[in-house]
Amino acid sequence: MSTAVEAGDGAVAVRARGLGKRYRAKWALRECAFELPAGRVAALVGANGAGKTTLMSVLAGLLGADEGSASAAGRVAFVSQDKPVYRHFSVADMLRFGARLNVVWDEARARRWLARFEIPLDRACGKLSGGMQAQVAFALAIGSRPDVLLLDEPLANLDPLARREVTAELLGEVAETGMTVLLSTHVVAELSGVADYLLLLAHGRLLAGGDLDELLGGHVSYTGPRSDVPPALGEVVEARHTATQSTFLVRLPEGRPRPVVAGPWVERPPTLEDYVLAQLEATRKGIRA
Amino acid sequence: MEFRIDRSSGLPAYLQLVRQVREALRLGWLGPGDRLPTVRDVVARSGVNANTVLKAYRELELSGLVEARQGAGTFVKAGLGSTDPQVMAALRARLAEWVREAREAGLEIEDIDALVRSVLGEGEGVSVR
Repeated sequence: MSTAVEAGDGAVAVRARGLGKRYRAKWALRECAFELPAGRVAALVGANGAGKTTLMSVLAGLLGADEGSASAAGRVAFVSQDKPVYRHFSVADMLRFGARLNVVWDEARARRWLARFEIPLDRACGKLSGGMQAQVAFALAIGSRPDVLLLDEPLANLDPLARREVTAELLGEVAETGMTVLLSTHVVAELSGVADYLLLLAHGRLLAGGDLDELLGGHVSYTGPRSDVPPALGEVVEARHTATQSTFLVRLPEGRPRPVVAGPWVERPPTLEDYVLAQLEATRKGIRA
Repeated sequence: MEFRIDRSSGLPAYLQLVRQVREALRLGWLGPGDRLPTVRDVVARSGVNANTVLKAYRELELSGLVEARQGAGTFVKAGLGSTDPQVMAALRARLAEWVREAREAGLEIEDIDALVRSVLGEGEGVSVR
């Protein structure tokens, strides 16, 4: 328990400065800048083709940047979306492989993960289900005791129960080791309480980034009678109207007291999903693209 | 005690934990001297981020409800005193009067529920900061 890293102790685990990556003439990532504090669990969110995998690959050192720089403090482990394992290796072979390839290797930790998900050590990886192969890839990454763990779509292809279990195990590892996690996902609705930091990508650019509670706390959702403007000052991120009703997601002006809204308007704090969907919708419509 | 995160609520996860501890205090499931589950326990059982749990415990500590004892854990310091029965009775009487008025105005139970939720929701918005 005492090893859990307190948020906000200042150390930066992952830093990107003016980061850009181009495939031929097309920029997949542009002017990307952020500082992810150590010990955080960050969610990397964005539409398909937003540049998530490119960003992860650059951070992992698998791709070179075309402009700007990226750096991570300490050892980095990366599990790509296809959860790579060698089909003809047994799970035990994969562990030996991990022990040989990694400077730091925690066999017990890797085995504990495999045991937790009941992965047979003597089975060839090619004979395992997709979900089990993913667990082998996770076990190898965890066994390498990374300071920064990058996971590209770790929860895809897992059933709901496995998703919950993997998430809980992963958060347990974070609490124990203090490592920093950056995970990309489409399952935004499951992130509340899991991630505490958000990086939102759209069209290769970072749309928003920061502490999740602070980002969401700076926004309000208002619902009320049909209106062209929200009941309080602020930047309208999203406006939706029916014949009789309007809903606004508003970014409150910084450094001002929270407005009090009365009358027919109902205000509520937006969920992470409300926030992300509104932001992505706004860029799709080209409002701020 | 076991925590749950309602992911469909916009209330930040750490405030949901704070609320659940306060509720447990109010309902007597937790009392002074009781130890809150360790951060790691909460992480393992509820799939909540350790930073979120720490933030919730810190918030509870700031409001004077719990105290962290070095190496021993986090303990309940004060109970959430049950409200004075007389005050409760008075509040209930006024609420009953209000409900009667609402009914006379033609409101159905769902209408009353929606109205109460919207008023409570305003308070919620404020506590989020």
